Amino acid sequence: MSLNALSIAEARDRLRRREITAVDLTMACMAAMDAAGELNAFVHPTPEIALAQARAADARLAAGEAPDLCGIPLGIKDLFCTQGVPTQAASNILRGFRPEYESTVTRRLFADGAVMLGKLNMDEFAMGSSNETSCYGNAVNPWRRNDDTAPLTPGGSSGGSAAAVAADLCLGATGTDTGGSIRQPAAFTGIVGIKPTYGRVSRWGIVAFASSLDQAGPMTRTVRDAAIMLRAMAGHDPMDSTSADLPVPDYEAALTGDIRGSRIGIPREYRMDGMPAEIEALWTRGAEMLRDAGAEIVDISLPHTSYALPAYYVIAPAEASSNLARYDGVRYGHRAKLGPGEGIVAMYERTRAEGFGREVQRRVMIGTYVLSAGFYDAYYNRARKVRTLIRRDFEDAFAAGIDAILTPATPSAAFGLGEKADADPVEMYLNDVFTVTVNLAGLPGIAVPAGLDRQGLPLGLQLIGRPWGEADLLNHAHVLERAAEFVAKPARWW
Amino acid sequence: MAIDTDTARRVAHLARIRVEEADLPRIAQELSGIIGFMEQLNAVNVDGVEPMVSVTPMQLKRRADGVTDGGYPDKVLANAPDAREGFFAVPKVVE
Repeated sequence: MSLNALSIAEARDRLRRREITAVDLTMACMAAMDAAGELNAFVHPTPEIALAQARAADARLAAGEAPDLCGIPLGIKDLFCTQGVPTQAASNILRGFRPEYESTVTRRLFADGAVMLGKLNMDEFAMGSSNETSCYGNAVNPWRRNDDTAPLTPGGSSGGSAAAVAADLCLGATGTDTGGSIRQPAAFTGIVGIKPTYGRVSRWGIVAFASSLDQAGPMTRTVRDAAIMLRAMAGHDPMDSTSADLPVPDYEAALTGDIRGSRIGIPREYRMDGMPAEIEALWTRGAEMLRDAGAEIVDISLPHTSYALPAYYVIAPAEASSNLARYDGVRYGHRAKLGPGEGIVAMYERTRAEGFGREVQRRVMIGTYVLSAGFYDAYYNRARKVRTLIRRDFEDAFAAGIDAILTPATPSAAFGLGEKADADPVEMYLNDVFTVTVNLAGLPGIAVPAGLDRQGLPLGLQLIGRPWGEADLLNHAHVLERAAEFVAKPARWW
Repeated sequence: MAIDTDTARRVAHLARIRVEEADLPRIAQELSGIIGFMEQLNAVNVDGVEPMVSVTPMQLKRRADGVTDGGYPDKVLANAPDAREGFFAVPKVVE
C-alpha cells in the first residue's frame, strides 16, 4: 500500500515506530496530488509549508514527544483562514486575500504537528451541495458509475475535501457543515464525516456563512481517524463566544465497539415519498447491524421534520446576508473599477455583483428580503419558532431514552455534474433533507459509508447523537462501520 | 407571495448588489420560487413558541473590558484594495 493510502491511525503508529518518516509520507501525498489535477480538489497547494512542517514533525517524532497528528498530511478547506496562504472561500470576492492570522482549528492542528498540503475546493462561501458554485470550477468525484465515464459531483460544500480524502491525496481533511456540507459529500465519496455539536469546535477564523449553524469537523477514511482528528480540532476557545468550555474526551478511547443495551431511534418522518428502494434497504440493513450488535431498535417520531428545510432556507440566508455584508470592497478582496462620477454606493453594488457568484447573490437577496421591514415576523421569526419545535422533537426523543438516531445520509447517490444545472434552486436544496435538521438542533451527526448502489456508487448512513455526545456517537459509528465492512475504493481513472 | 420586478430591484439595492434591468424578471422568478417553498412554514402552529435565539443553552462568558489585541495597522491594512497613510481609502463620500 502506498503511504498516502494509510489511515491516520496506521500512519501515526508507523511514524512513532520510525518505520516511515513524515517527509516520505508528505511526499507520497504530494505525488498523488500532482497526478490528480483532474479532480480539481486542491486549489492552492502549499508544498513548501508542507515540507517544512513535515521536517519539524520528524524532529518531534525523533524526540519521542509527538501528538497523534504529528506528521500527518491533511488538506484544509478553503474556508479556513491560514496565515499568509490564499483563503478565498472559493469566491472571486476574496481573490488575493491572504489572512494575517490563523484560524483556531488550523492553529490547533499545526500545534499538534499536522502537515498542511494545501487548500481545498468547495462551494462558494459553502453555499451549495455539489461544489458547482466554486470560483475554481467543479471538484470531481473520484467515483464513477459502473457503466459510464460521466463526471460526478463529490457533493458540497466540502466537495474538495471529500474528493481528496476518497482519492488518497491526503490522510484527512477539514470540512465545515452548515446544512450537511460535511456529511453529504462524505456519503457521496464513501468516507466518514462528522459534524460535531454546535460549540464543540471553535469557529474563529473560519469564513462565516450562517453563524448559528456553522460547525467544523473532520473528514477521514475511517471512524477511528475521525475520532483522532476531532479530538485535535475540538476545545474551548475564548475567541469564539459560542465555543463550549467543556473537556474534550479521548474519542479514540471511546471506540469500544460495545453498544449493547443502546436504544437506536428510527424516525418515521425520514421515510420520504419517492425515496430510492436501495436507500431504504440500506437503512433497514443498518438498523439490523446495530441490532445484531446488541442495540434495541425503536421507532420514533420527529414530527416537524418536513419543516426543517424551509426553516433552514430562511435562517441560513438571513444570517448569510448579514455575515456577507462585510464584503464591500473596502478592507479586503475585490473592488470594482468605478466609472466617472460613481460614488461609494456604486462601488459596493458593483463590487458585490462582480465578486459574488449567482447562488451567493440569490441567498444574500433572499436573506435581505426575509429580514426586511414587514417580512421579519412573517418569515424570519416564524422560522426561528419552527426551529425551536425541531429541536424540541429531538429533545423529546432523547428524554425518552434514545441514545442515537439512524437515518440515511442523503436521498440519492452522487449525481452528475451539470445534471441539475437547469433545475429549480429548491431541487438542489433537497439534498440536505436528512442532514439539515441536525444543524438546526445543534446536534452532532456523522455519515458512515455503508454500501454501494447498483451503479457502484457509495451510499452512506447518518447517525445523530445527543448534544456533546460525540464519543458515544463515534462508538456507534464504529460499530456500524465494522458491520458494514465497506472497503470499496474508486477505480483510478485520473 | 410572489416577488415582482419592483420588489426584486428594491431587494437587490438593499443587498447592495447591482442587477441589470434585464435580469430582474429572472431574479424575481427565482426568489418567488424560494419564498413559495418557505411558505410551507405557515402550516405550523407556532402559538406560544419562543423563537430559538441560542443554539445551546449557555451563559455567554464575560471578561474584563480591556484591550487584548491590536497595535498593527499595517497588518490590518495589508489586504485592502486601497490604503493610504494608514487608512482605508474609499471614493469621496461627502460632497
